[in-house]
Amino acid sequence: MAERLIELRDISKSYGQVYALGGVNLSVDRGEVVGLIGDNGAGKSTLIKILSGVVKPTSGEILVRGKPVTGWSAARSRDAGIETVFQDRALAVQQTIVRNIFMGRELTGFLGWLKVSKEIEEASRLMREIGFTSKVFTPQSIVGQLSGGERQGVAIARAIYKQAELIILDEPTTALSLTETAKVFHFVRQVRASGRSILFIGHNIHHVFDIADRFVVLDRGKVALTADRSEIKSAEDLINFMEDVAHPGGLAGLHDTGDAEGAVR
Amino acid sequence: MSKTMEPDLHEPSAAIPRPQKEWKHPSDQWLRGFILDNRASLGTLGVFIVMMAVFMVANPTVFTTWYLYSSVLTTLPVALFVVVPLVFVVTCGEIDLSFPATMGFASWVFALVVQAGYDPFLGIAAALVTGMLLGFLVGSLVVYGGLSSLIATLGMNFLLRGLIQIINEGKSMSLTGLADSWAYKIFSSQVYGIPVQIFWAIAFVVLSAMLYNRHRFGAQVRVVGDNPDSAQQMGIDVKRVRVKVFVFVGIGAAIAGTFSVMINFTWWPTAGDGYLLPVLASVFVGGTPTWGGIGTVVGGAIGAVTVSFIQTGVVAAGLSGFYVQFFNGLIIILSLLGHKWNQARYR
Repeated sequence: MAERLIELRDISKSYGQVYALGGVNLSVDRGEVVGLIGDNGAGKSTLIKILSGVVKPTSGEILVRGKPVTGWSAARSRDAGIETVFQDRALAVQQTIVRNIFMGRELTGFLGWLKVSKEIEEASRLMREIGFTSKVFTPQSIVGQLSGGERQGVAIARAIYKQAELIILDEPTTALSLTETAKVFHFVRQVRASGRSILFIGHNIHHVFDIADRFVVLDRGKVALTADRSEIKSAEDLINFMEDVAHPGGLAGLHDTGDAEGAVR
Repeated sequence: MSKTMEPDLHEPSAAIPRPQKEWKHPSDQWLRGFILDNRASLGTLGVFIVMMAVFMVANPTVFTTWYLYSSVLTTLPVALFVVVPLVFVVTCGEIDLSFPATMGFASWVFALVVQAGYDPFLGIAAALVTGMLLGFLVGSLVVYGGLSSLIATLGMNFLLRGLIQIINEGKSMSLTGLADSWAYKIFSSQVYGIPVQIFWAIAFVVLSAMLYNRHRFGAQVRVVGDNPDSAQQMGIDVKRVRVKVFVFVGIGAAIAGTFSVMINFTWWPTAGDGYLLPVLASVFVGGTPTWGGIGTVVGGAIGAVTVSFIQTGVVAAGLSGFYVQFFNGLIIILSLLGHKWNQARYR
């Protein structure tokens, strides 16, 4: 049994009378990719904010490596090795890959002068570790010249440099083509192979189904389903389940088009 | 355990990027890399060379005499000391129009200390402290006051200049004693006919270029100018970095003001006023774009050389002074068009 990295127990969050989350249980093991699925307003972003310590839960318990943590905050979250990668916004696109990876944590020597060759060396090591290599660019390439999937790679490499144990990917493939999505999946698998964990959030069920080891479906602030990969036969099962949750009584017939991209938007 | 099984069926496997063993090292094609990395400054250099060639053809006799270059090299350093810090400010996504008044104010302090009979070195130190304080004041006003740097620094320029004028009532200060001082010999004399200021200015440009490209300060300035939200998220104190660039301008303006007083042995209440537009033009002619995040210190320096040769060159080439503004404008517009094409890869 893999080590339990982080566990949320009975987490609730209310804004006044409105419940954003009502008693959510969620755990992530070491070296596991957990897919978090849910419609808009299901409470995904609140959950991310709680994990990253930006928002404090109204009630509930957070355990890191089996030990309850009191006074959960952004600093505690960082100490626990949780790093959130937001789509596209987090990179300085006119700078090199190296400058983005070491943003705010430059490798410096005497009087703050950069250790340029050491940074390049370290950046290529990190990029190789997540399988982020290519003939057409080097660590000194400008991020603006990279594709959407490759930019996710830069953000993931940076998270790993920051000693992240759990990387939260917030909708990493939403705006990406199939080729680019495949690149992101490749990075995610490499990260998992290195023993780190990923919480993969998306509303494209096909994407999440392809990459996750375990699924958590969130619906109106509650966990509607937690299932291992082995328990789910196909993405269609998951889609049907979500439609049942969203529209009890069955509107499933309306969505039998097989157009996966469209159905989940 | 099916948990670890790869869901390959859903994978467009042909699209998986194949991991490469080795990076294609940039040094394999170092010349191409060098040109790509230094496009902006090389472009500026090209503009300068073409311009000088035109001048030389127009009037070969004047442009082969040393006197012309000597006079440009005397005044150019003053501009360089402010152009370079302004590259940092513009890269950081801000602008500083208050440097002419800071030049006047800091050099006024220098003149006061020298006139009071103290060593000019002490005057230089006092001017530097004044420049730093004024830079900090302007920077704090913009950053912590949340004001537009364009308007706030313009206001500070008027305010400080007004203060100088009110107190001095337009009177200048003559500092004839300077000529015998060590400070003058070190900073403002001539070596084999070359004005010594230019060596200090070149050292300043080289040090600043390293600060820009190879120091944490430069790296953070670029990142803050590029994406302040991201920089903040990654733990960079964005406001602190922004204030620092204004302090840097203050320091540069203090050096520039002091040098201009040492060249003329006189301090005027208008000291620095004439530098506003040429210096700004130099930054942008040099290839630093207006939107922040990127820039070039060396390009800015070459831009300053270009701008200071326009005036001398137009007159020396036999055209009347009325042509100077026209050529100033022409060079600025042509450079901007060239850089726009250059910078396409960033946007």
